Amino acid sequence: MVDSSQSIQAEQLKPPITRIGVIGWLRANLFNSVFNSFLTIVTLYFLWKIVPAFVRWAFIDSSWNTTGAACRAAGGACWSIVAKNFRFIIFGFFPYESQWRPLVAMILLFILLLLSSNRRFWRKWLGYAWLIGLFAMGLLLKGGLFGLSSVDSTKWSGLPLTLLLSVFGLTAAYPLGVALALGRQSRMPAIKSLCVVYIETIRGVPLISLLFMSSVMFPLFLPEGITINNILRAQVAIILFTAAYIAEVVRGGLQAIGRGQYEAAESMGLNYSQKMRLIILPQALKIVIPPTVGILISAFKDTSLVVIIGLYDLLKTTQSTLSDPRWMGFSIEAYIFIALIYFAGCFSMSSYSRRLERELYRGN
Amino acid sequence: MNNELQKNGDDRSPGEPIVEITAMHKWFGDFHVLRDINLTVHKGERIIICGPSGSGKSTLIRCINRLEEHQKGRIIVDGIELTNDLKNIEKIREEVGMVFQHFNLFPHLSILENLTLGPVWVRKVPKAEAEETAMYYLEKVHIAEQALKYPGQLSGGQQQRVAIARSLCMRPKVMLFDEPTSALDPEMIKEVLDVMIDLAQEGMTMIVVSHEMGFAKSAAHRVLFMDEGEIVEENIPVEFFENPQHERTKLFLSQILHME
Repeated sequence: MVDSSQSIQAEQLKPPITRIGVIGWLRANLFNSVFNSFLTIVTLYFLWKIVPAFVRWAFIDSSWNTTGAACRAAGGACWSIVAKNFRFIIFGFFPYESQWRPLVAMILLFILLLLSSNRRFWRKWLGYAWLIGLFAMGLLLKGGLFGLSSVDSTKWSGLPLTLLLSVFGLTAAYPLGVALALGRQSRMPAIKSLCVVYIETIRGVPLISLLFMSSVMFPLFLPEGITINNILRAQVAIILFTAAYIAEVVRGGLQAIGRGQYEAAESMGLNYSQKMRLIILPQALKIVIPPTVGILISAFKDTSLVVIIGLYDLLKTTQSTLSDPRWMGFSIEAYIFIALIYFAGCFSMSSYSRRLERELYRGN
Repeated sequence: MNNELQKNGDDRSPGEPIVEITAMHKWFGDFHVLRDINLTVHKGERIIICGPSGSGKSTLIRCINRLEEHQKGRIIVDGIELTNDLKNIEKIREEVGMVFQHFNLFPHLSILENLTLGPVWVRKVPKAEAEETAMYYLEKVHIAEQALKYPGQLSGGQQQRVAIARSLCMRPKVMLFDEPTSALDPEMIKEVLDVMIDLAQEGMTMIVVSHEMGFAKSAAHRVLFMDEGEIVEENIPVEFFENPQHERTKLFLSQILHME
């Protein structure tokens, strides 16, 4: 008899139904206080007003591959502006028949970037792959050899131009920034003042003004007859600009490393370059990955400023399609499209940095 | 601890001078931190430097490997004079090992990598040989099983033993210890002192800044007392502890020994 009553008491009670599962989650996260419940209701109201309208505009009433006139008649989103002008938005003025060349160049770039993102692949062959890859990309864009028709750099536009300016800009700016940060720490007054003046001057002006200056002033300083390619001027401006910001971020990282690390390295007999390369920089650069990636993401988006000096990057080619009278008034759709492209670029940089941090912080 | 070390553990009588400091002065700005230091350390000798905080003892040993610069006088290490000549400084640093109060292991490298870094990059030893040497010294400090871990995963006592092994891998002629046990929990102090005693038994020249009087009594050839930048008293351990000559030494000893 004692057994049966005990077995009744030992019976497991289930938790009340309002505390588990979906209802439990809702209660704990969305309705857990009066204020939160109020916010939830307000948010749901706005979602109810906006989402169905957006879905109707973007997907139900939208036209995907029609003419401008048909779009206006339909009244929904006009994705046709993207569909019909796709090749111009992406490739700009690059000759129509040869547009496979920048396409292949971009695919090559993405493959190389993907390979480089995995640190296990960082061997000699990757360096060679990049050298060959860069040569191939240059060849595809410029042409002139192997039967490829020559395409002047003034015709390079759209997404390939944005990628060109970003990838080269960021890859060159990073080591330059690190060098500037080290120079600013130097005990030699000449080097130190040079670096300080450079960093503070560049940081004091907007990128737009640097682009103007490089575009207008550069030629004034050069001897008669020598001209510098417009793209090169923009490239140099972007590199110089980004490097100054990276320098300051790296300087913060260097300051965060305790004196003890410097002293332990020195007392072992390591010279300056070994000390920095093996001990200090690996630690400092790792610490400042978050702000560094922030700067690189901004620089990627800032390439859109080159419209000011007449270069047709992704943003400018998109704007051009909008000035076509057939497609006027559909700017939202066009900008949403390139926003998605910029987002894809920035988000992958950001995810990669998170992954890199996870890898580097494993174990310590 | 016993006096065996002094009697028969290290029969080799101290050899030729390896560190010679003559009339050395140092200032931090206007503050005269080291006054007229004269000290000669011979090969195989073990010197303990003690004194109140701020007496300049850490600064003194940091001048020997140029972590601090002296303004007056001469310091000669292993026959090379310490000047602003970078080449000399680097050569001296190859022969002088240092163990810090806060270990200063490189957190981004494994224990093994911490140890092979110096030999590979400074002495240009091939990597395989450097790893063999590293494992040998890790065995000596009884920490070989942690070779692939990272410093952050070890306790203080373990880290300090690794730090000692790291200096030993460079096969230095002199080892400087800057309060090696001051940052350790009491139960870990013994494991580090044991390693230092083993080192002493092998005849390593050691200059130790420490408050561990037990180690001084058992392993030191000479004990120095510093106060306000001067070497106030210098003697063999027996005499130093039993017959202190100066008032300041007596005061210091009464404060320090009453804690043991």
